[in-house]
Amino acid sequence: MKNWAILAAVGLAFAVLPLTGDNYLLRLATTVCMYAVLAQSWNFIGGLAGYPSFATAAFFGLGAYTSAVLQSFDVPMFTSWGAAGLVALLFAALIGGAILHLRGHYFAIASLVIAEVLREIVNTTPDLTGGGMGLNLPLMEGSSVAFEARFFFYAMLALAVLATAVAIVVHGSKLGFGLRCIQQNEDAATILGVNTYAYKTAAFSLSAVFVGIAGAVYASWVHYIEPPDVFDILLAVKPLVMVLLGGIGTIFGPPLGALLLLAFEELVWRNFLTVHAAVLGLIIVALVLFLPNGLLSLVRERLKRAGAQS
Amino acid sequence: MIYLQVLANGLVLGGLYACIAVGFSLVWGVLNVINILHGTFIVLGSYVAYYAYAYAGIHPFASVVIAGALLYVVGHGIQAGVINRVITAPVLITLTLTFGLDLMLNNAMLVAFTADYKKVNLANPLGSIEIGPVFLPGDRVAAMVLALLLTLLLYRLLRDSRIGRAIVAVRMDREAAALMGVDVKRINAVTFGLGALMAGAAGALLSIIYPISPLNSSMFLGKAFVVCVLGGLGSVPGAMVGGLALGIIESFGASWFGPEHAVTLSFGLLLLLLFVRPSGLLGKRGYE
Repeated sequence: MKNWAILAAVGLAFAVLPLTGDNYLLRLATTVCMYAVLAQSWNFIGGLAGYPSFATAAFFGLGAYTSAVLQSFDVPMFTSWGAAGLVALLFAALIGGAILHLRGHYFAIASLVIAEVLREIVNTTPDLTGGGMGLNLPLMEGSSVAFEARFFFYAMLALAVLATAVAIVVHGSKLGFGLRCIQQNEDAATILGVNTYAYKTAAFSLSAVFVGIAGAVYASWVHYIEPPDVFDILLAVKPLVMVLLGGIGTIFGPPLGALLLLAFEELVWRNFLTVHAAVLGLIIVALVLFLPNGLLSLVRERLKRAGAQS
Repeated sequence: MIYLQVLANGLVLGGLYACIAVGFSLVWGVLNVINILHGTFIVLGSYVAYYAYAYAGIHPFASVVIAGALLYVVGHGIQAGVINRVITAPVLITLTLTFGLDLMLNNAMLVAFTADYKKVNLANPLGSIEIGPVFLPGDRVAAMVLALLLTLLLYRLLRDSRIGRAIVAVRMDREAAALMGVDVKRINAVTFGLGALMAGAAGALLSIIYPISPLNSSMFLGKAFVVCVLGGLGSVPGAMVGGLALGIIESFGASWFGPEHAVTLSFGLLLLLLFVRPSGLLGKRGYE
């Protein structure tokens, strides 16, 4: 119950943001919600099952291109978003079947390469996808810039809330329990009767579906996509940085990490334009070396210590 | 007879790929670390060769020594100072760490050298070699021969020297090696340094073939991935076989399907191979 209350409170707090009328803030908040979707999704496979997936960029790009190509054939926007989610889900289930028997580094590399393959496929099919030229998306009819800003903010917020709601359900379910077993000892989980293959595939598919839709919403939001943008390797790395930042395997760690990473990024962009990648790298290194369990773990330890003293 | 030419091109390319990948494979196999920095190390080696040629007139083939030594120091320092702290952590942690380090080093190179492509234009190129119906550019062949020699040198080092035997011992069983008196942390640093050395040396050789830019690092890293998975992990012969295989496959792929599909082909092949035989062509089965 507590988790649902937190989700509702944070969701409502975000929902009233447009009332401030600050478009810069609204844009940042939209990106935070998108990051939260990516981080929350990665947490299913990376945090719960402990499989280091770098496929997020692949799902994001796949969703973006599915929706963009469909819209270029005059499919309505909402239908194309749904189709993007469905395609990402099916793709993950299919690819997951092929690569989820790999462990450790081999899984990491296989998942990393998927985005590269998809990117090259897009690059070499210019008739359908525009290739390296990218693809323009149709503008929404009869809408204003301010309306679009609010519309896409609410779309991303809804998606982030939905992903977190699913996370709450999964964390408390048999699926979540089984995935944690797999993370701790996969062979033991198998012996105890956990259908590891089905569970891992389910986690991998869950980590794809919302990312696919987020890619589709992103494409409609920015009106123009190109392969290096939506298949960017950073899209695969940032989610796990956010999850590490917030707290791996937790429900509210990923969205918290999303907020923190974006805050860092904005500060760095503003102040160190030419070396922003290096500063991001420095944050990652410091995080791995000094805070591998995330910020939530610090808070929790503090609480535990306070509880022990009283 | 076009096939002979394509095959020869593939072999030349493959020798260089083997040299690109062998250091990466060593670090992966021994330290269990996927070194995302590897591509950037290669580019750094190329810059060393470029500036040595531009300002001191040192031929890139001679710069191999300078670039290798310099990168060894860099690699040894990074492993001893940073990566050793989390070396026993899961894959995710070490991979993320090297990714963060790569962002820093690559950004530093962008600031220092800019993203403009630089090229080593040799004053006295070796011209072309003609063997029967096959034409080959002399400099490329020389670079490939040097690359293979370096790889062989590393192989002998691992087989014959005390430090090499210690590295192999750590690869086989970290705890047992420590119990036998091997200083595992030092071996880690030496291994990572050797990986960086091979990257720097490969970079110096490649400087006469590819244009040099920090943006190329991910391309080299991608090649190293594919070669390692193709050939199997952590062994020098594996990297050789994987490198030559990739060179030949890319060469034939480019001539049959067009050069724009070469990358798709090699990555598609990687996925297929991971699916059917994750241990690689020469790898032992069951070895994770």
